[in-house]
Amino acid sequence: MENLLMKDGHHRLLAEFRYTPPKVERGYANQTLFVDVSNNTIAARPVDERTKRTFIGGRGFGLWLLWNAVKGTTRWNDPENEVILSSGPIGGTTVYPGAGKSIAVSLSPLTETVVDSNVGGYFGPLLKFAGWDAIELQGIAEEEVIVFIDGNQGLVQILTAPHESSDSYVLPGQIVDLFAQSPEERRAVSSVTSGPGAEHSLMGCLNVSFYDVRRQFVRLKQAGRGGIGTVFRHKKVKALVVKYVGVKGDSNVPADYADLASVGSKMHREICEQDPLMNDMRGGGTTMLTRIMNDFDLLPVHNYRFGSHPEAKNLYKSEFTPYFSLGIPDGCWYGCTLACARCVDRLTPRTGPYQGQVVHVDAPEYETVAAVGSNCGIFDPHAVLEANFYCDLYGIDTISYGTALAFAMECYETGILNPERAGGLDLRFGNAAAMLELLHQMASGTGFGPTFGLGVRRMKRIFAEKYGADPRFLLDIGMECKGLEYSEYVSKESIAQQAGYGLANKGPQHDEAWLIFMDAVSKQIPTFEDKAEALHYFPMFRTWFGLNGLCKLPWNDVEPADNKKVHSPRVAARVPEHVGNYIRLFKAVTGRQDVNEPEDLVRMSEPAYNFQRLFNLKMGYGTREHDAIPYRSMGPVTVEEYESRAERYDSQLREVDIDPQGKSTLEKVALLRAHREKRYQLLVDAVYRRRGWTADGIPTLETVRRLEIDYPDVLDLLKQHNVQ
Amino acid sequence: MKVLVFAPELCDAQLGCEETCSLTWFKEANHDKSAIRILEAEGRTGKYTANVCTQCGQCIDVCPTLAIQRDKRGVVRINKDLCVGCLSCVGFCPYGAMRMHPDYTVPFKCVACGSCAKSCPTGALAVLDLPDAPLTATEKRLLGGV
Repeated sequence: MENLLMKDGHHRLLAEFRYTPPKVERGYANQTLFVDVSNNTIAARPVDERTKRTFIGGRGFGLWLLWNAVKGTTRWNDPENEVILSSGPIGGTTVYPGAGKSIAVSLSPLTETVVDSNVGGYFGPLLKFAGWDAIELQGIAEEEVIVFIDGNQGLVQILTAPHESSDSYVLPGQIVDLFAQSPEERRAVSSVTSGPGAEHSLMGCLNVSFYDVRRQFVRLKQAGRGGIGTVFRHKKVKALVVKYVGVKGDSNVPADYADLASVGSKMHREICEQDPLMNDMRGGGTTMLTRIMNDFDLLPVHNYRFGSHPEAKNLYKSEFTPYFSLGIPDGCWYGCTLACARCVDRLTPRTGPYQGQVVHVDAPEYETVAAVGSNCGIFDPHAVLEANFYCDLYGIDTISYGTALAFAMECYETGILNPERAGGLDLRFGNAAAMLELLHQMASGTGFGPTFGLGVRRMKRIFAEKYGADPRFLLDIGMECKGLEYSEYVSKESIAQQAGYGLANKGPQHDEAWLIFMDAVSKQIPTFEDKAEALHYFPMFRTWFGLNGLCKLPWNDVEPADNKKVHSPRVAARVPEHVGNYIRLFKAVTGRQDVNEPEDLVRMSEPAYNFQRLFNLKMGYGTREHDAIPYRSMGPVTVEEYESRAERYDSQLREVDIDPQGKSTLEKVALLRAHREKRYQLLVDAVYRRRGWTADGIPTLETVRRLEIDYPDVLDLLKQHNVQ
Repeated sequence: MKVLVFAPELCDAQLGCEETCSLTWFKEANHDKSAIRILEAEGRTGKYTANVCTQCGQCIDVCPTLAIQRDKRGVVRINKDLCVGCLSCVGFCPYGAMRMHPDYTVPFKCVACGSCAKSCPTGALAVLDLPDAPLTATEKRLLGGV
């Protein structure tokens, strides 16, 4: 390998580390890889039993490693900040669908505290089989580098990479060409890259690759949230690369292969039979959600002002499937038969550096469709696909991009922005050409790109200070919490979802809790205590996926045929048979015999979850004031919004004994707001109590002791905040 | 394409075919390791069906690594070197004829080798040359179309 790299003359070897690849045991390699690109240090660090017990893996390992690497004063662009990737003990299992996730953890440039983001692609599993449960990437390189791990040879190298493009459309393919020694080895190489958009904004994403043997090109999945790509490029790392040849059904060396194979093949069968009758994820991924969200008034339109739009049908699944190549495997890891990672083999961009060329792009997720589509008033599937293509290659998070653009568009339409302030762009809702041009401005760091790329929180400050905009209005309509842009659901009619967003550790992403249907549509959790219980159970349960290297989708995006027949609606929402599958899966891989009940999974997640809350506290956040959410996520901010659903809001006022008769819309907006804001605070109280936190949202001493995360520095932190 | 076919009226359910199959491919007499399974027909005592691969090739489109391909005889075969043991093919076989056994991570299936047919005393089994199955999406793609 060295010879190949040396002889082309472009890649100088800066550091090399040789190791004997350990045999994976029951889902763990039992060591993590530390790489510091400031001083070209590479080291192996053992994983002890307490860390495995407390943090499990994946996001848990990321949190623990980062906690130990940074101080409370560390900022995202300090050398000691890290980008960590880890899969988890179940990660790399090929026999159960959705078992190849990696979780990226870092200090976020957007939130200035810890963030986690999960991603498909082959990196995490191959990293583990190469002998590493996690990689910690620290430091800032002097020149552009690639970090390469060869899991068969037992070799880690830091190489200069002066000539490769940072463009994530080109670079991952170049990496496969460089490191695969034969066509068969192509799928043994996976990379982590970002792009030029991440270099010029705070909302950079990571792209994690896998080689598609049928289409014969590299596919990309994204760790989108929180700007981890920005950190990555700030470190002058062009790519992390892992190569491991030899993945087999037992590479994870499970304790009980027979049960693993039994539960896995059962699940494949269920997907084969049920998916076509349910969500048809195999036929179109998550694009099916647009219609459902529009039907239930939950699809963000025009910066979350509305929940539906007559033109939304132009963004339904049926408008995207003609672009997709279907009928062949599309898992982002081996054995994921739910196969939501559809692919557009041929797309011809109308703008930008690839204008007129035929390119390929992974199919958009619902989140992308809603973010750059309906939320910006753009109902053109081609524009959505093109935005998806450029976001990926520039290394930009589609969710933050769309939500921030929807905010900028509302600012434009209300006169806060104008073409002069917006890089010459006409940022009216619905202007697809401007939406794409702003992406190119971000990538080149020109025009409105640099200001916009700072995200909603910083734009609010700038627009108030520089342009004299009303800060209260900006606070109401800027859809961010903790500095992170909202994901794509209108939460106005579900107070549980408002808290699901507001209390999420990393900021308003729905991967902690998606309770809208349960709360607002099927009314399964009527009381505050019911909602608080759901806001305990679901965030913990969903956290569990991120500790183990699992995808959430096979949990409830397909269900056993009898799920809703044999269980009451409230129980069915937890999909008990699948929870049982996960218990079997965890036991079969790790051999742990103390995990038998659904509550055991919830208990397993609590330490990492609470530790993340404490991590926020360590970084200067993590208290009640940081769980405040913009009013746009709670109710109608403007007269126009109220009047668009006046009947609904009027009747809600009547329910709380307020007669809307004879009141102006402005008065009614204020009355409804007072009511909803009060209810939000009451729910926050109930959730804090349920989670074992103080009234200020800090885990109590009793909680950290119960969860065995009472490390000396945690106790010091609590003491500093007068939690005794 | 070569396909193992079964004549139910001739079967006496002695299961010698299952034993022959597992002996041929796994060197042990173990019905759980046989690619062919003789089952009593539902609701028809004394009548039998054979569960065995029809070489339809639908599993070719499920395999993430192209480990499943059709050979020159038209028989669908698994390349053990390429297989990552995901067992997607087991779950997606429309006939339940792709098999797995916990002793192995690679699934197995009937490859129309004919050993069982040779050993069947009643002549209930035979390998026949049948018209080719329609091309799968994968095969079309590999042939240059999409």
